[in-house]
Amino acid sequence: MRLSRRMTQKLAFGLIWTSGAVAVLVLVFLIGYVVVRGAPEISFEFLTTPPRGGLGGEGGISSCIVSTLWIIVTTMVLLTPLGLGAAIYMAEYAPDNRLIAFVRYSVELLAGVPSIVFALFGYAVFVLALTLHFSILSGALTLVCLLLPYLTRTAEEAMRSVPRAQREAALALGATKWQVVTRVVVPAAMPGIITGIILCVGRTVSESAPLFVTMGGSSQMPDGLLSPGRTLAVHVFYLAMETNALEKALATGAVLVVLILVTNLLTNWISTRLQARMMGAT
Amino acid sequence: MALANPPSILFVSVVGGPSMSRYFIDRWSSRVVLAFGITSFVVLVFIAGFIIRESMPALQEVGIFRILFGTEWYPRYDKYGILTMVVGSVLVTIVSLGIAVPLSLGAAVLLAEVAPENVRRIVRPAIELLVGIPSVVFGLVGMVWLAPLIADLGGKGSGSSVLAASIVLAVMVLPTITSISEDSIRALPRTYKEGALALGATHWQTIWRVLVPSAKRGIMAGAILGTGRAIGETMAMVMVIGNSPIFPSGLLSPARTLTGNIAVEIAAAVGTHQSVLYVTGLVLFVLVMIINSASVLAYKRKVD
Amino acid sequence: MKKSNKALLALVATLAVGSMLIAGCSSGGGSITIGGSTTVQPLSEAWMEEFTVDNDVEISVQGGGSSAGVKGAEEGTLDIGAASREMKDSEKTDFPELVVFHVAADGVAIVVHPSNSTEDLTLDEVRDIYAAGSNDEWTVINREEGSGTREVYEDIVMDGTEVSPNAEFLPSNGAVKEKVASTDNAIGYISLGYVDSSVKPVKVNGVVCSEANVINGSYPVMRYLNYITKGEPEGIVKDYIDYCLSDEGQQIAADEGYIKLG
Repeated sequence: MRLSRRMTQKLAFGLIWTSGAVAVLVLVFLIGYVVVRGAPEISFEFLTTPPRGGLGGEGGISSCIVSTLWIIVTTMVLLTPLGLGAAIYMAEYAPDNRLIAFVRYSVELLAGVPSIVFALFGYAVFVLALTLHFSILSGALTLVCLLLPYLTRTAEEAMRSVPRAQREAALALGATKWQVVTRVVVPAAMPGIITGIILCVGRTVSESAPLFVTMGGSSQMPDGLLSPGRTLAVHVFYLAMETNALEKALATGAVLVVLILVTNLLTNWISTRLQARMMGAT
Repeated sequence: MALANPPSILFVSVVGGPSMSRYFIDRWSSRVVLAFGITSFVVLVFIAGFIIRESMPALQEVGIFRILFGTEWYPRYDKYGILTMVVGSVLVTIVSLGIAVPLSLGAAVLLAEVAPENVRRIVRPAIELLVGIPSVVFGLVGMVWLAPLIADLGGKGSGSSVLAASIVLAVMVLPTITSISEDSIRALPRTYKEGALALGATHWQTIWRVLVPSAKRGIMAGAILGTGRAIGETMAMVMVIGNSPIFPSGLLSPARTLTGNIAVEIAAAVGTHQSVLYVTGLVLFVLVMIINSASVLAYKRKVD
Repeated sequence: MKKSNKALLALVATLAVGSMLIAGCSSGGGSITIGGSTTVQPLSEAWMEEFTVDNDVEISVQGGGSSAGVKGAEEGTLDIGAASREMKDSEKTDFPELVVFHVAADGVAIVVHPSNSTEDLTLDEVRDIYAAGSNDEWTVINREEGSGTREVYEDIVMDGTEVSPNAEFLPSNGAVKEKVASTDNAIGYISLGYVDSSVKPVKVNGVVCSEANVINGSYPVMRYLNYITKGEPEGIVKDYIDYCLSDEGQQIAADEGYIKLG
């Protein structure tokens, strides 16, 4: 029996709507499951007590929150100048030859390296060779390596989308190239750059494998950059694998999901502003 | 004129002095920026270098063939074969792509062609949100909900299995493949669609016989990127795959991935054992490089 | 961005980094990092809590398995490596500077799901189950390679027979306990200190795994829990270890479910 073209279309569209529905349903179910089962555990006490360890997974997540904050700040402080500098070079200074194409290719390759390989690298270089041992600094440096290609790429795209006319106008007014870059291009690209930075913050919060290996697993409040610690994501792993406090694991997961939601909303808001700005500017 | 002002506070405070003309900064800065520009390349070289260096002892003592093709992983008795884990990683990746690619394609077509704007405004951000969710959360839900479900349906075991891992991975790579595929379809010239419709094709025929085939390269690039992500996933795998270093006997069998092997043993491994884990890392590194090179090539050809 | 904004940002960034670096350099009363065996981990945490009441020191405790403890002590990433087994001969040759302290004793219990009707197994039967691997009757739960508990288990129970790779390999005592507690036909082994009502310990050769039976030797699977340092411990590390070995420290061990020395 041959289906008419209309029937085929109806069938196909039905499948298509189903797949879209599945994608949305998965998201809703995932977030819903984590939040519904985890939210009851979240209390002021949960957020302000450190994990006590033990198999019931007693305690809360205060030290994990602090460790996560430390990791975010340290990573971003180190990453931003590197990523921005690299993007500035790629967007504004790099000639269009094969060598640069090769460098660009290496950025793409670096972006694809699995996180566990970064973990091994971080362990060999930062934990051992630089004798930083299990610490926030080791974790942050490892993450800087991991996130570098992403920030470079995002910032570069943001800078490339600044209209040529603006650069040329500045040069015509007598600016040096560096002045054009720092006073015209980068400010104009700022929304895109900030989006990139926030996305990297989001990834820092979500990463687990590199930090699992380089930060140690200490559940105590960190004392400084050289203290070991565990971030929220790593804590979820420990809770799930070592205790029966699955509700607490889900609660920590809920906190994470909320953080990511906020991050996403921020980037969406900024990129809408970026659209408006670009429309207005031209 | 604003642009003729003296250099900003930052530079004065760092460098200082009357020789600080804008031309001095300009010449100086282009060199500094070059140094920044090659950092990714430098990091890549360093990673490759360190991983290879740490792998050398194992490569010399055990040899790449015994490691890569050995079927028994038992460091206590000096057995370092990772073939079971290669199979585990590959199997999980293939099954997860088998689930994800059709779903992603459907969702991509939905977003690019079929859905009205108000639906798209909900579905697209929803899919993008999935990208940001930490892998441990996927692993956790897999462990707490999916694995027991599979155990009940399958009748035995604890549910930690290839199937559980594949489903979790499929959900994780779905958004990546969907958004790249959608962008590829949207990027096609309108004339393709309009021409087909003008010739009397239905919307579906246009999509299936004109648009999707034309966007094939972009879609493949998305799938390849998803593959890279799937092979590289670690923590979620450790949580739901059971970590058995065996050849999986079926979808309900537990297994172990290359990534999980490294994560679970790196803290404790010394000597040859540790070196073999670096070899595993090297294998992963090479594998992903090959996959991603294929993706870059596919994408470049698509642009041409 | 305006010039003044950029300068402000630079100032804030410098302050942030500066304050963090300063914070990182301050050591207060010192710090001790203990890591390794997951068997010893709850015990270290209990000791740490009491010790830091009277002593100004930051003690962080982490897991990773006994081999990670030995390795960490050797590489200097840990001040004290915790191990639930003795050092292997190869380790003694490769790491001659390491010093080992017995700090408590422990038994290894064979556990099954509470609903499982098995009461008693002989050592041979346990060995056969682990040599055969998971099947319709049993889901076999094992530990990963670096585990001291597994090392002891393989020495005493397996006695040269290889365990089947067809089992689930989990990274800690807690994970094994969790798995056994939630899987009907699971069998696993965990530290005596971890046993509670969520799992059911079986008798081995007719002997219950209890503190008394471990001490008098009738329960076969027993081991010392160890702290390992590189070279003789000094300063606050020595004070801490002395505390663990004191009467008060040993009583804490007993309260936590482990076995006092001597």
